[in-house]
Amino acid sequence: MKIIVCVKQVPDAKDVRLDPKTNTLAREGVQSIMNPFDRYALEEGVRLKELYGGTVTVVTMGPPQAAEVLRDAVSCGADDAVLVSDRAFAGADTWATTYTLSQAIRKLGSFDLVICGKQAIDGDTAQVGPGLAQRLDIPYTAFARKVLGCADGIIRLERMMDDGYDEVEMNMPALLTVVKDINEPRVPSLKGKMKAKKLQVVVMSAADIDADPECLGLKGSTTQVVRVFSPEFKAEREMLVGTVDQQVEQLFSKLEPLL
Amino acid sequence: MLRIDSELCIGCGLCESTCTFGAIVIQDGVAKVGDNCTLCGSCVEVCEVGALAIEREQKTLSADLADWSGIWVFAEYRNDRLAPVAFELLGAGRRLADQRGVELAAVLLGSGMNGQADELIAHGADRVFQVDDPALVHFTDDAYANVLEDLIREHKPEVVLAGATAIGRSFIPRLATMLATGLTADCTALAIREEDGTLLQTRPAFGGNIMATIECPGTRPQMATVRPLVMIPLERDTSRKGEVVTVTPDPARLQSRVRVLRSVREETEQININEAEVLVAGGRGLESEKGFALVREMAQLLGGTVAASRAAVDSGWIPYPYQVGQTGKTVCPKIYFACGISGAVQHLVGMQSSDTIIAINRDANAPIFDVATYGIVGDLFEVLPKIISHLKDKRPSREGRA
Repeated sequence: MKIIVCVKQVPDAKDVRLDPKTNTLAREGVQSIMNPFDRYALEEGVRLKELYGGTVTVVTMGPPQAAEVLRDAVSCGADDAVLVSDRAFAGADTWATTYTLSQAIRKLGSFDLVICGKQAIDGDTAQVGPGLAQRLDIPYTAFARKVLGCADGIIRLERMMDDGYDEVEMNMPALLTVVKDINEPRVPSLKGKMKAKKLQVVVMSAADIDADPECLGLKGSTTQVVRVFSPEFKAEREMLVGTVDQQVEQLFSKLEPLL
Repeated sequence: MLRIDSELCIGCGLCESTCTFGAIVIQDGVAKVGDNCTLCGSCVEVCEVGALAIEREQKTLSADLADWSGIWVFAEYRNDRLAPVAFELLGAGRRLADQRGVELAAVLLGSGMNGQADELIAHGADRVFQVDDPALVHFTDDAYANVLEDLIREHKPEVVLAGATAIGRSFIPRLATMLATGLTADCTALAIREEDGTLLQTRPAFGGNIMATIECPGTRPQMATVRPLVMIPLERDTSRKGEVVTVTPDPARLQSRVRVLRSVREETEQININEAEVLVAGGRGLESEKGFALVREMAQLLGGTVAASRAAVDSGWIPYPYQVGQTGKTVCPKIYFACGISGAVQHLVGMQSSDTIIAINRDANAPIFDVATYGIVGDLFEVLPKIISHLKDKRPSREGRA
C-alpha cells in the first residue's frame, strides 16, 4: 500500500501565552513542532504499512525550516519525505493550500491512501483534508477514529459524529482525517533517528509541481484576512473567600440568576 | 509580501513579540521578515508607526458578483432531529438578510422529515428547500455536497452558512472547493460591511489566542461554518409565513463513494458537549474514576453535561468525545465548572469564551483562576460534596435531566 501522510509545522501552543493583564499574546522563543494531530495521522500510516506492507511518504508545505518535521516523521517510521516549498506559497488560505498539495501529490504518482490530522492547531480550520480530497477527486472520511481494516481495495473505518459514530467504507484511493482517539503515537526509534539524519528531503518548488502561479499563495487565495486582533476577555474574576460552606453559599447566590 | 518601511520602523519589537510564527526579528534596530512569514497580518495590526504593510494585488472582480443574492443556511438534520445550530444560524441569517434586504432560505436534506420545514420557517426562514430522499438518510459527504452544489449553482445565494459540527466541518470544505469559492471555518461573529455588502467573518485562530476577521472578496457564495451556541436563535413563531420548495435531485447526484454501514448513537449521555448550556468538567485533581463520579453527579443535578481535561481522558475516566481543549472540543456554555483542572493553555483555549467560569482547585496559583469568573481554592473532595448536597436541597426538580 502506498500511503501519503500530510503534516504541518506549527508553533508550539505551550509557548503561546496570553498575558492576563494586557490580553496580548506573549511569545518567548516559540518552538516549532509537528502539528499534534498529524502525529496521529503519521502513526496510523505507519501502522497500516506494518500491517499491509508498502511505504509511507510524508509531505509538508512550508518554508525550508519545515524540513525539521519531515525528519521527525521519518524518525517515527515514515520512509521518505517531500518538502513543498516556494516563496510563492506564502499567505495561502486553505483553497490555495489544497491546490498546491494536490499538485505535489499528483507528481508523486499513484497512491492508495492520504492521511491528514483533523486540523492544524494554528489555523484550526479542518478544511485542508476535505478540500484536498476534492482536488484529488477521491472519496474521503473526516474525523476517523478507528481503521477497521483494508481488503480488496476497500478501507473500513469508524468516523466520529456529534452524537456517536458511523461505520463507513470507501474504495481506495481515498483520504481520511484522523482524531486523536485513533491510536497512541510512538516515540522515535534509534534506527529511525539514524535514518532521519541521513534523509534526503525531496524539495518541490512551484515550477516542479506545474502550478499555475495565479492559484498560489496570497494571490491564489479566495479569502483574505481583513483584521487580526486579540480577543476580549471578561476581567470580572472574583476569588471567593471564607470557609468551604461560606464559599459554596456565595457561589450559589452568584449563580442563582443563571441556573 | 510583507513590506517593512525601514524609515518608519523604530525597532520597538512589538511585531517581533506578536508574531506567532517567529518570522520577524529586530536586526540593527529594524524589523526583518523571514521565510516563515505566513502573511497573517497580526504584525501589521500591532505596529504603532504604520511601518508594516501586506501588499496585495488588486484582483479584477468578476462582474457577476451582483447576480448572487440571498442568505442560505444549511439546516442539519440527523437521526430524526434538527441540530440546534440550524435555529441559531437562522437567527444570525435573519439579521444578515434583513440588513441586505434579501431572502433567508434554509436547505433541509434527509429522509422522512415531516414538519421540519415548518419549524425552520417558524424560526425565521422565508423559504425552505427540502430534499427528502432515502439516499440521504445517512450523512455522506458526496451526496450532501452534490445536492447542495446543484441548488447553489441554480439559485446563486450570496452567503451560505452551516454549523461547525462534525457534519458541517466534514462536507462544507468539499462543497466550497467544488464551487471554487472561499470558506471560513468555525466563525463566532458575522456582520455585513455597510459600504459594499460584504460578509465579514470573524473567527478565533491559534486556539482562540488571536481573532481574525476574514472576507471573501472575489468569489461567491461567501461561505462560513459557524460555531454552535454562539448565535442567538429567534423565538419560535408559528405565525411566520414561508414557502416550502420540494426538490427532486438527479439520482446520479445521490450516489456516494463512501458507504455508511451503520450509524451508532451513543445515547447513554448527551455526548455533544458543544451544545450543552452547563458543563461540569473534571481534571487530574479528581485523582480517580471514583473522584470523577462527583463531577458526573454534579452535572446531573445541574441538568448539564460532563466534560473533561485531557488528563482525565488520558487516565481513562471518560472517553475522548468529552475532552475540552486544543486536541478536544471548543465549548462556550453559559456555565462552565472546572473541577481539579489546573488550566494548561491547551485546555483554556477550548473553554475560555464560556459565559461564566467557576474554577475549583487546590492550588491558588493554578492558571485556571486567570480565566475564572468565580474561583474557589480548596479540596475538591470537600467542596464538591458540599455543592452536591446544596443542589440536592435546593433543586430536586432538576434531577434526571442529564
